[in-house]
Amino acid sequence: MSYVLQLKNINKTFGEVAALHDVNFEVGTNEIVGLLGDNGAGKSTLVKIITGYHAPDAGGEILWNGKKLDHLSVARAHELGIEVVYQERALADKQSLWRNIFMGRELTRGGGMLDVNRMREETRKLMRTAMGFTSSAITTESTVKTFSGGERQGVAITRALYFKAELVILDEPTMGLSLSETKKCLDFVDGIRAAGKAAIFIDHNIFHVYPVADRIVVLDRGTVAGQFMKNELTLQELTDRLYDVAKSGHLKQ
Amino acid sequence: MSDNNITRPLSVTVGAGPFVRFLRKYALQLGVFAVAIIVWLVFLIGSPRTFLAGDIYVSFMSTTPYFALIAIPLTLIVITGEIDLSFPSVMAFGMMAYSVIFKATGSFWLGFVACLVAGLLAGLLNGLIIVRIGVPSLVATIGTQFLLSGAVMIVTNGQGIGMTEMAQSGLYQALVGKAFGVIPMQFIWTIVIAVIVWFFLNRHRFGAHVYLTGDNIESARLMGVNVGRTKILTFCIVGLVAAFAGFVVSAAVQFYWPTLGGGYMLSTLASVFLGGTSVFGGTGTIFGTFIASFIIGAINAGIVAAGLTGFWLNFIYGLIIVGSVSVQTIVSRRLS
Repeated sequence: MSYVLQLKNINKTFGEVAALHDVNFEVGTNEIVGLLGDNGAGKSTLVKIITGYHAPDAGGEILWNGKKLDHLSVARAHELGIEVVYQERALADKQSLWRNIFMGRELTRGGGMLDVNRMREETRKLMRTAMGFTSSAITTESTVKTFSGGERQGVAITRALYFKAELVILDEPTMGLSLSETKKCLDFVDGIRAAGKAAIFIDHNIFHVYPVADRIVVLDRGTVAGQFMKNELTLQELTDRLYDVAKSGHLKQ
Repeated sequence: MSDNNITRPLSVTVGAGPFVRFLRKYALQLGVFAVAIIVWLVFLIGSPRTFLAGDIYVSFMSTTPYFALIAIPLTLIVITGEIDLSFPSVMAFGMMAYSVIFKATGSFWLGFVACLVAGLLAGLLNGLIIVRIGVPSLVATIGTQFLLSGAVMIVTNGQGIGMTEMAQSGLYQALVGKAFGVIPMQFIWTIVIAVIVWFFLNRHRFGAHVYLTGDNIESARLMGVNVGRTKILTFCIVGLVAAFAGFVVSAAVQFYWPTLGGGYMLSTLASVFLGGTSVFGGTGTIFGTFIASFIIGAINAGIVAAGLTGFWLNFIYGLIIVGSVSVQTIVSRRLS
């Protein structure tokens, strides 16, 4: 199997706290990996290493399509096509919709001058297609603080999608969403697979992760407690094993 | 990779007409503009003889720029969610560099350049202390305010220098002369700086990052905005323009007082906050600051015209600052 992303022996400590300890983790080409773990298991730290926000401690290796990455920054991760839908959505509430879509990656006409018209036009297109905003109350100039939880999620997901992602990371994407919004979000993950791309789906709700993931990795207290292909296990078996992990810190294979 | 199966509307909200939308979008600017008109009408009715003559407007155009020049770039710092209280000292600090270089070389052109460079470096120092060391800007710039004015007193020994030789020069004409024989050049410079800062704030990536940094610094970081560099740059710009304003003030009175700048703290801050720039960061406009600084200038003149003493000035500036930030706070709480 070929891998789009491989992490080898990754450690990350914050002061005295070891957030990640000797983590080996990979994502196959066109694979949807479910990442499960309790609060404080290290899921978000792992994500922030993959997106270049945190640098791992010395010693580990990160490979992208088999090639070692020396220094991974947020900008470099964007170039590679690593896109994240953050738990906290990473939106700027008081700014307009188009400024949020192009946050940190503004379209320019050289010399750093903004191409405002093109950003508005692209946003208008995305609103009609990917975001499905048909309400006349929302325009490209609307500030996102007026949006509902589902609409905010739509903005965050659309932004990831717009920038030609190779690997989409969804960090607890269903948090705070209604049932129908959750369904829409899970449909989106299926859409990633259909498009031939890879994804990491992080959640602590196994009922959301199980249906869409190909492989499930369980993180516990900063280490990989175990992993298995979805077709090896029923949802009930998975649930039972997760209780064991919570108690013992290990996953019975 | 768009998936057309999932294009259902997420919510249906009652739409607003384009006029209502326009009002909502520009509410703050329109509000500041309305305040300006009201203040003007009050003065017009109160002392028509003064406010119907042209002299008072020439006077506004010559004195308001002294603080409007700094209030315009200071708006950037406030939008990023920070504050700079050191700019009055930076005005004097830049001119200290001028006086040293002028005494050494006899060239006021070299002195002018030295003044700008010193201002830029003072801004950089503020930026580095705040971003790299992580000291809150309120405390850091109170510190550098004393540090820089202390340095000025040590170097100048408290002595000012005359700038009368400069009055014949092209530099004097360009900075504080009269365009077309009537319009003070400092007013023209204020407009030039307002246009440049407006452009970079609204039509350049730097300005986009200024808004994002002040709105939600964590989101901005996650999306790859270099928030540290953005903040340092805003402090550098204020340092540079504060030194420029210090030069303009000194050139206008043809004398450099080492205590320069002290009187501009309140009027500058009042201009930014009255102009609708949020003390919480993330929102603010150059138009608002520009109009507000002339409201402050008018109030300044109006108090004198109304026969009140200068003692009223601080009281009224304080009232404006407290009033405008309170209104902002109440409005932003209503909206959230």
